[in-house]
Amino acid sequence: MTDSKQFSTFFLNGLFLGVEVLKVQEVIRYQEMTRVPLAPNMIQGLINLRGQIVTAIDLRRRLELPPRPEGQLPMNVVVRSEDGAVSLLVDEIGDVVEIQDEAYERPPETLKGVARELVTGVYKLKDRLLLILDTERTVSLPVNYKKSQLQGN
Amino acid sequence: MDDITKEFLVESYENLDRLDRDLVALEKDPHAKDTLGSIFRTIHTLKGGSGFLGFGKLEAVAHVGENLLSKLRDGLLVINPEITSALLSTVDAVRAMLGEIEKTGQPGENDYSGLIELLTRLNDGKNADPIVAPTALPTPPCAAATVVVDVVETITKATLPAPTPTPATTPEAAMPPVAKPVVAPVAAAPVEPTASAEPTETRSSGVSDSTIRVDVGLLDKLMNLVGELVLARNQVLQFTSQRTDSAFLATSQRLNLITTELQGSVMKTRMQPIGNVWSKLPRVVRDLATACGKQVRIEMKGKETELDKTIIEAIKDPLTHIVRNSADHGIEKPDVRVARGKPEEGCLKMRAYHEGGQVNIEINDDGGGIDIERVKQKALQRGLLTNEHISRMSDHEALHLIFLPGFSTAEKITNVSGRGVGMDVVKTNIEKIGGTVDLQSQPGIGTTIKIKIPLTLAIIPALIVTSGGDRFAIPQVSLLELVRMEGEQARKQIEFIHGAPVYRLRGQLLPLVYLNRELKIGPESASGQDAINIVVLQADGHPFGLVVDEINDTEEIVVKPLGKQLKGVASFAGATIMGDGRVALILDVLGIAQGASVVGEVRDRSIMEAASQTRKAADPRQTLLLFDAGQGSRMAIPLSMVARLEEFPKSQVERSGDQEVVRYRGQILPLIRVSNHIPAVTAVSMESDPMQVVVYSEQGRSVGLVVGRINDIVQETITVKRHAHGNGIFGSVVIQEKVTDLLDVQSIIRAADPSFYPKTHASTAA
Repeated sequence: MTDSKQFSTFFLNGLFLGVEVLKVQEVIRYQEMTRVPLAPNMIQGLINLRGQIVTAIDLRRRLELPPRPEGQLPMNVVVRSEDGAVSLLVDEIGDVVEIQDEAYERPPETLKGVARELVTGVYKLKDRLLLILDTERTVSLPVNYKKSQLQGN
Repeated sequence: MDDITKEFLVESYENLDRLDRDLVALEKDPHAKDTLGSIFRTIHTLKGGSGFLGFGKLEAVAHVGENLLSKLRDGLLVINPEITSALLSTVDAVRAMLGEIEKTGQPGENDYSGLIELLTRLNDGKNADPIVAPTALPTPPCAAATVVVDVVETITKATLPAPTPTPATTPEAAMPPVAKPVVAPVAAAPVEPTASAEPTETRSSGVSDSTIRVDVGLLDKLMNLVGELVLARNQVLQFTSQRTDSAFLATSQRLNLITTELQGSVMKTRMQPIGNVWSKLPRVVRDLATACGKQVRIEMKGKETELDKTIIEAIKDPLTHIVRNSADHGIEKPDVRVARGKPEEGCLKMRAYHEGGQVNIEINDDGGGIDIERVKQKALQRGLLTNEHISRMSDHEALHLIFLPGFSTAEKITNVSGRGVGMDVVKTNIEKIGGTVDLQSQPGIGTTIKIKIPLTLAIIPALIVTSGGDRFAIPQVSLLELVRMEGEQARKQIEFIHGAPVYRLRGQLLPLVYLNRELKIGPESASGQDAINIVVLQADGHPFGLVVDEINDTEEIVVKPLGKQLKGVASFAGATIMGDGRVALILDVLGIAQGASVVGEVRDRSIMEAASQTRKAADPRQTLLLFDAGQGSRMAIPLSMVARLEEFPKSQVERSGDQEVVRYRGQILPLIRVSNHIPAVTAVSMESDPMQVVVYSEQGRSVGLVVGRINDIVQETITVKRHAHGNGIFGSVVIQEKVTDLLDVQSIIRAADPSFYPKTHASTAA
């Protein structure tokens, strides 16, 4: 007998990432956003989700990946967190996949930096690896966030 | 029965029901700290409430119960069936007394000394005699309580038509220990007016039936829905501007009105002035002061500050705790105060005000302050922290130790405070509603506790501005005025003090903050535009001008909190959704001011004021209003004396006695024709229609000076060339190369209306 889990997947700078499907409230296309001056640069802005104000976090910046190419509009993966809904901006949406637990492996020790902190595990799929993000940690910004990293244009 | 007592009863009944449950639960699981804590707090609250409402008896019972619980909580005693029964009978006794209060307004005449004795004995632990106590003792007081209540009831009813001493004998025989008290109501009943009014009251309804208690959750939901409705309304109204269909316009107009009214009503269900909570405090303080032999005066400011119901509920207990603490620990005894060179009477100041979308409540006492060393020692003693920990603490951190559970610096436990339940409850309750508590104390000078409560879930009027291409909402509460300058003049009027831009607003320097620079957004728009918009705001008592690109509109906005990711950004108080569905940020005026260092640095206000005085003296330039009083005579008065300039058609002038008056802003404004009071000016009636009136206000009273024509406003360095002649003129100066008389407004007003300056009346008449 094997247990399995369902993940909502998406792509980000060539990476194949997933979050637990139960954590995902909804997936919506690009929304117009209101930027938040002085906020950490990984916060892209605020969106109006049917009367609810939702903070949008640019997942590329959160994971310290290169910025999204000009003209490419991100998608919103709205996840539930302790603090209410938060939107993660990703490049492209994948399918919801069901994966057997035996495909799971802990992230390798060599994984460094911010990914080490946010990736809870790796699922070995046939043709690629699926990295699972810890949503709660992803939506919490690093505490010791340095002033120099603040948006300063 | 007054509202406070009613509220106390409703709340206490609820608490009692919970107590019953909790006590039984505690017996099952004697080590449940949470349950014990909850019981303790409930009894503590009850004691507090009964104490300040003056139900001494109830307080006494609750006090011994609390003593016992306190031992249990600290692990000095372990709960057993005996203790549980005793506590349960305490609850019963309390319930009986509450019933009595509801009926007669007094806790009744029953004697609970047996119960008090039992509780005290249990509290002493060792003396508890398990053989006598278990079932025999706890029950009698309980039974006595209920029986006696019934008896008293019968007596009061019986005595109403015909007072007879006979009923008294029955309980006397049946209940020897309570006999004495029972006689008292018999004698008292016919005399006391409350007793005669009582039957109708009981028949109508109990306290709990007179109002409907609505679940706060439901009100919250209602509030949210209304918020959404307001947004939808705003959106609909935007469409109406593009339509011409009159039926649609009429409907949307009605929608607008109804929504506004609905919003107002729903808000009203939740808003209450903080004065409602405060009104109980003077009594608390008085009683406490009397009990401790102190003199305490209480001063309150901002009673009308309105707060959401949930917030009012949540701060009620913390406020009472703080005030009790201040009066008990803070303010010293009169002799100590005199020795320290302070007035005998201590002063407790409370202030509430809205600021930056938050409600601030300050409680300040001029007492002894908090002894930081003692706080540290106490924390060590109680084993709350290690030595090493404490040595690394700053004073400010150490002060906050008093918010730890189980902390108290009081030397002995009084029934007032010192159990260490106060401050941690204060903190927990305030943090529960998303507020913060800050504490500042100076030994020998006093302690200030500042509570900040956010205004979540509120609809507020706000000014919408644009800066750097984005829209921002500024809460109207911090808005003072708007200034717009155009063209060349605009840039000239902004001066720089060592690079810091300032603007002269009616002779006062107003520091300027550029919103786009502050938020690091957008281009340097000020140079590209030919107009400058200054939003004059107030933060923490300091006015400053916020320069924005555009001032759009005022709008009712729904304040929505920002996510925790943005909590660190002090410039924003929240966000809102605009009519077009986009999100706009709400500026936190105080945060902006602190960011721009308008406030925040230690700036002594008196120094600032002194500085502005000297600056005034040093700056000889004055802004003057130039006008013609009558035929060809140029006159001037300082603009700072002018409240407003108005025009009234001659038809509006009415007479009151000899006095010409007009109705102006709901008041009667006396008119003074300047030309009549200056002999030099021939009173040719060249007064135009409408009349030009300069409104002059002093100490809340206004007069209108009727002048011929208003010419100009100039900034001039005045040097009086010719000192004059009295008769309403100070002297003559040269302004714009013409001789101009300086009008002595005060003497003219005195001449026309001697009663305008009541104090100087005698001297002017002479």
